[in-house]
Amino acid sequence: MATVSAAPLSQADARRAPKQSLDKVNPLIYLVLIIVGIASITPFLWMMLTSIKDYGDVVSLSLWPWPPLGNSAPRFDNFAQAIQLIGIDRDTGLPMFFRHVLNTATVTAIVIASSVTTSVLAAYAFAQLDFPAKNVLFILVLATFMIPEELILVPRAVMMNKNYLNWYNTLPAMVAPFLVNAFGIFLIRQFFLQIPRDLYDAARIDGAGHLRYLTLVMIPLARPAILTLALLEFIWTWNEFRWIQLVTSSSNMRTVSVGLVGFLQTDGGAQTQLAMAVAVMVVLPVVILYFFTQRYFTEGIATTGLKG
Amino acid sequence: MVVAKSARPKSERRPGKAREALLAYALLAPALLLFIAFTVFPIGFGAYISLHNWRLGPREFLGLGNYIRALSPGSEFWPSLGATLTYSVLAVPVQISIALTLAYLLFQKIRGKSLFRVVMFLPWVTSTVATAAVWARLYSPDIGLINGALKSLGLTPLRWLLEDDGIFALVAGGLGVSLPDWLQGPSLAMVSVVIYTTWVFVGYNMTLFLAGLGNIPGEMYEAARIDGANGWQLFRHITWPLLSPTTFFVVLITVIGTLKAFNHIWVMTQGNNGTQTASILIYRQFYEFQRAGYASALAFLLSAVILAVTILQNRVAAERVNY
Repeated sequence: MATVSAAPLSQADARRAPKQSLDKVNPLIYLVLIIVGIASITPFLWMMLTSIKDYGDVVSLSLWPWPPLGNSAPRFDNFAQAIQLIGIDRDTGLPMFFRHVLNTATVTAIVIASSVTTSVLAAYAFAQLDFPAKNVLFILVLATFMIPEELILVPRAVMMNKNYLNWYNTLPAMVAPFLVNAFGIFLIRQFFLQIPRDLYDAARIDGAGHLRYLTLVMIPLARPAILTLALLEFIWTWNEFRWIQLVTSSSNMRTVSVGLVGFLQTDGGAQTQLAMAVAVMVVLPVVILYFFTQRYFTEGIATTGLKG
Repeated sequence: MVVAKSARPKSERRPGKAREALLAYALLAPALLLFIAFTVFPIGFGAYISLHNWRLGPREFLGLGNYIRALSPGSEFWPSLGATLTYSVLAVPVQISIALTLAYLLFQKIRGKSLFRVVMFLPWVTSTVATAAVWARLYSPDIGLINGALKSLGLTPLRWLLEDDGIFALVAGGLGVSLPDWLQGPSLAMVSVVIYTTWVFVGYNMTLFLAGLGNIPGEMYEAARIDGANGWQLFRHITWPLLSPTTFFVVLITVIGTLKAFNHIWVMTQGNNGTQTASILIYRQFYEFQRAGYASALAFLLSAVILAVTILQNRVAAERVNY
């Protein structure tokens, strides 16, 4: 799958456009790009506007019901109302929505910590060490990447039942499939391979062994790749839906995505402005994180070009 | 696939080899154990489950019974495979041609390049569950933005995700013609899902294409320009052939992605109105009916289809792609 893996991270900056010599860029190009850009953000804008509308204005299809075009007041209390309708968690006394946020944050933190650690360690072995069956193991790791999730979804879920691991409706079940990621191993390995071996020889002369070399030299040098992996794991885990829905049953074990789908099926969720208020709260953390770190996303995707 | 090359030639191996191997296995152990437990073992376990009537109560060995049931004429599997392939055939060319066009436009010397990239990539980053919920409301026949726009333009509003009729039948119906069943075309609900998918993935695919364009040496364009090549010739004879590895890769992951699509379809239609793809069918059989055996058998059949399509694409690529 490594067909377009050739470009190292640094090269992404060095792209050269085909020379346009002195001719001006066709204004039509801007027109097309602006239309597509607007199409990309319109659903987000509509979601945000709708989340603070009155139900009456949603039904009457009013795009901007507030002054100066209309005379409704913005309904910021939609958020509080939606949170109230999702209910209260009896264990903690917190609103259930905050419990969902807490669960999502916990799952995400565990997944990031585990997948980054396992990826760095395995990547170091594949990039720097020599051992029997290295190629076979590496191909096996890449092969796990091509296994459709559908194939293992059902047996994984059955494994969580009380006859087997008995993890159903617990945190271990929620994180188990995401603790290691072949993509992560591949991404970090590609980065490690670019670090010149001379560095290792120099470190050895200074008396450093493999573990010190890994922690003191390789990991700091590979920070961009590690950050990319952590960020991608963040959005994948934050947005995960199907697996969590399958292995949890009680509302207080669910995450924001599963909670959102559950809310959509209730009477409260049938009110579009409340559904959109919850959607805004689910999407917002990811959007904010993305705007501050977008360079790592696009470069990470462009470098390895993996995972849809 | 790029096969791992040993980081070091064999001649360089030193006596500390055994220790080095031991360290390597220790570093690999966490990853490998997790792979074995939650990826490799489930494949075998899934195969075992698929041979049983595996429900909450007593289990019964069926042999290939679940597979026979899935493959027999009149089973839900065939329509779901049809829906999966329809979805793929509609979504892949649209997504890829738009993504390639946008990448090519963005690759020119234009202002605001990174702003365009950031904005177009945004739909891929955000939760598909949340954005699919937003789109389901945009498509709403009564309160949706899309029908609102159609009405204000004086056009007939449509039922979008709720419409089971085929698009050709709808167009013909508008002209007062009725079509035979086999000419109905994909349901409007399916087309609506495809439009949403395009919105999500165009920015992602465009990013891959941009990386591919960045790997084409600028000198090639300069040389061709000196020889008097025009814009179309540059694209046809330099960009297109040199971009072919990227194009192949993007097509491959897009096809596989569409064959497995689940989240957004589940949120937007729950598989109704001609959108019950194989992934949705598998999930429903397991989640709603607790038929683990049958769902596992369906999953093996879907995976076989994905594998066959992948091999086919590799064959085609071996002939057409310039590496």
